Amino acid sequence: MATRPATLPPKVITLDDYIPVIGAAEIEEMRSLARRLEGRTVKMVNSTAVGGGVAEILNRLVPLMQDVGVPTRWDVITGGEDFFEVTKGFHNALHGAPYEVRWEAFDIFKAYQVQNRQQMSFEEDFIVIHDPQPIGLIEARGNGSRAHWVWRCHIDVSKPNPLVWNFLLQYLKRYEAMIISSPSFTRPLPISQYLFFPSIDPLAPKNQELSEEFTRETLERFSIDPKRPILTQVSRFDRLKDPLGVIRAYKLVRKYSDCQLVLAGGGAKDDPEGVQVLAEVQEAAANDPDIHVLDLPPWSAPEINALQCASTIIIQKSLQEGFGLTVTEGLWKKKPVVASAVGGIPLQVIHKLTGMLVHSVEGTAYQIRYLLSNPEIARRLGENGHEHVKENFLVTRNLKRYLLLFLLLSGAPA
Amino acid sequence: MRQAKEPFQFMAASTLTRICGVQVTTIAELLEQLRRISADSVFNHTFQSLSVHHYLTEGFSNDFAQWVLAASNVPDLAERLAALDIRQYETLEALRGDLVATLEEFLRAEPQRAYQKAFEPFYFCEAVTVTVPTEWRAHNLGEFCEALRHISVHTLHYHFVTARLRGPSTNDFSAWLEHSLELAELADRIEHIDIYTNTLEGVRQRILEESRRWLEA
Repeated sequence: MATRPATLPPKVITLDDYIPVIGAAEIEEMRSLARRLEGRTVKMVNSTAVGGGVAEILNRLVPLMQDVGVPTRWDVITGGEDFFEVTKGFHNALHGAPYEVRWEAFDIFKAYQVQNRQQMSFEEDFIVIHDPQPIGLIEARGNGSRAHWVWRCHIDVSKPNPLVWNFLLQYLKRYEAMIISSPSFTRPLPISQYLFFPSIDPLAPKNQELSEEFTRETLERFSIDPKRPILTQVSRFDRLKDPLGVIRAYKLVRKYSDCQLVLAGGGAKDDPEGVQVLAEVQEAAANDPDIHVLDLPPWSAPEINALQCASTIIIQKSLQEGFGLTVTEGLWKKKPVVASAVGGIPLQVIHKLTGMLVHSVEGTAYQIRYLLSNPEIARRLGENGHEHVKENFLVTRNLKRYLLLFLLLSGAPA
Repeated sequence: MRQAKEPFQFMAASTLTRICGVQVTTIAELLEQLRRISADSVFNHTFQSLSVHHYLTEGFSNDFAQWVLAASNVPDLAERLAALDIRQYETLEALRGDLVATLEEFLRAEPQRAYQKAFEPFYFCEAVTVTVPTEWRAHNLGEFCEALRHISVHTLHYHFVTARLRGPSTNDFSAWLEHSLELAELADRIEHIDIYTNTLEGVRQRILEESRRWLEA
């Protein structure tokens, strides 16, 4: 039996570990940029040390900043349940979800900002505050302070609840710059806004190269036939990911082409709606042994990786999407991707160049049939998609973006 | 081996994207904003965009053409915008002028398409470029080839594609080969390598092939 890849990297990853992935020249360029920041220090602040995308990003980014020679400290704010309940409400309200304003929420938010400001020091040259939870720390920025303050917004604030947005704007206006994940996620502001795409780590268990043996055994474990085409959508069981639409598209494809469908996701047990969606998906798949519905536990990164690697086509037929990092993962694995033109997906899938953008069940089915019938075009899309990710959506690219931003803020000549 | 009068210093050019906060959804709006946006934005959606998509050889020329094709579904205008060869321009204002003229001409002929809503908006952004010297310097053609094998595609793009915007009427490599190494014929052959039908990796290989031929002669 093949050894299951470790869920955690066996050692602290250094920038040089990425040389086989992005090349020595790119690494050397980053080191050259970092040398120009010699003597400067950075602080990153967010609201949680584990769990969630931001902690995952910082967990890899901070050691790489250290490795490149820019001392970087990562601090996490504290707060009671009342604070995190308020910030969860703010988070949803910024996404445009209905939010019933309780005026004491703003007082609770302010009180914890003061408490955290008093507990922390801000001696560094660059302070990067992640997401709304710690945004009020900006009030620690004194007059004549040499520090450059940046707000890194990981969420879509293009259609926010106006009350919450205006409340946060009083803090946001005091920052020197803001970082956002897509031009469509933001709105006009009186400060400079820089584009940093979300990123994946090519050395993480979900993306690292796997042995053929492990991939084969994973397919065997889930009774998937490696000899027939495999269509895969990796997503939690959520209506916005439209798993039932994927099954309908698959059924249209099956009229013309033999193939199997894998719907792999997780987290359904923690989410009442997820349980219901999973049940509906299982019912829709019940009479077809070629539809594999896999509710995987959270530690399944290597299995997800294996399923993506073994797939003929990756599907992401979401009705709404954030950035869509499962698309990034599929593209990185050189797979042809058929995905809805929603959220951040069009930034990744350039229609007919790095994948196929679709707008309906019928369109999804048609593009899958087209790619199954034209494997050379599918291969070329996959190759282009891989290069597109390498150029834009790897953690190393984000490291470079931070170095560039710090150089610009400190007045480096452009 | 012939030594250069001046060494060639390879520069690393890295770019950050700044969001302008301007978006358009029709071709008429695109035209209006193209007249006003900063030169850094014109650069971002043409020169920089070609660098970011350096691995593509077909169907991609600049962001405006791509948006007109994919989001507005106007292939005839997209073709005309894509046909503008950025290496023909010594200033961004001249490039802006031709982009604007192409859109104006199209809308004069087909005014009914001016306000057709695109499937998704076009977001204007600006490129902010920082350059730092790399460890690579060439004093002769052999060292030039050695360095060329190692530099990143973005360094190649900086010297080969955007050079004209900084002064010389050719790319940096050809200018150095002609003036510092007095290899005018090689300079000319390199100048004629097509950036639109080659990936930047392909361009690198073509320059190396031409240079090697010269070294072996």
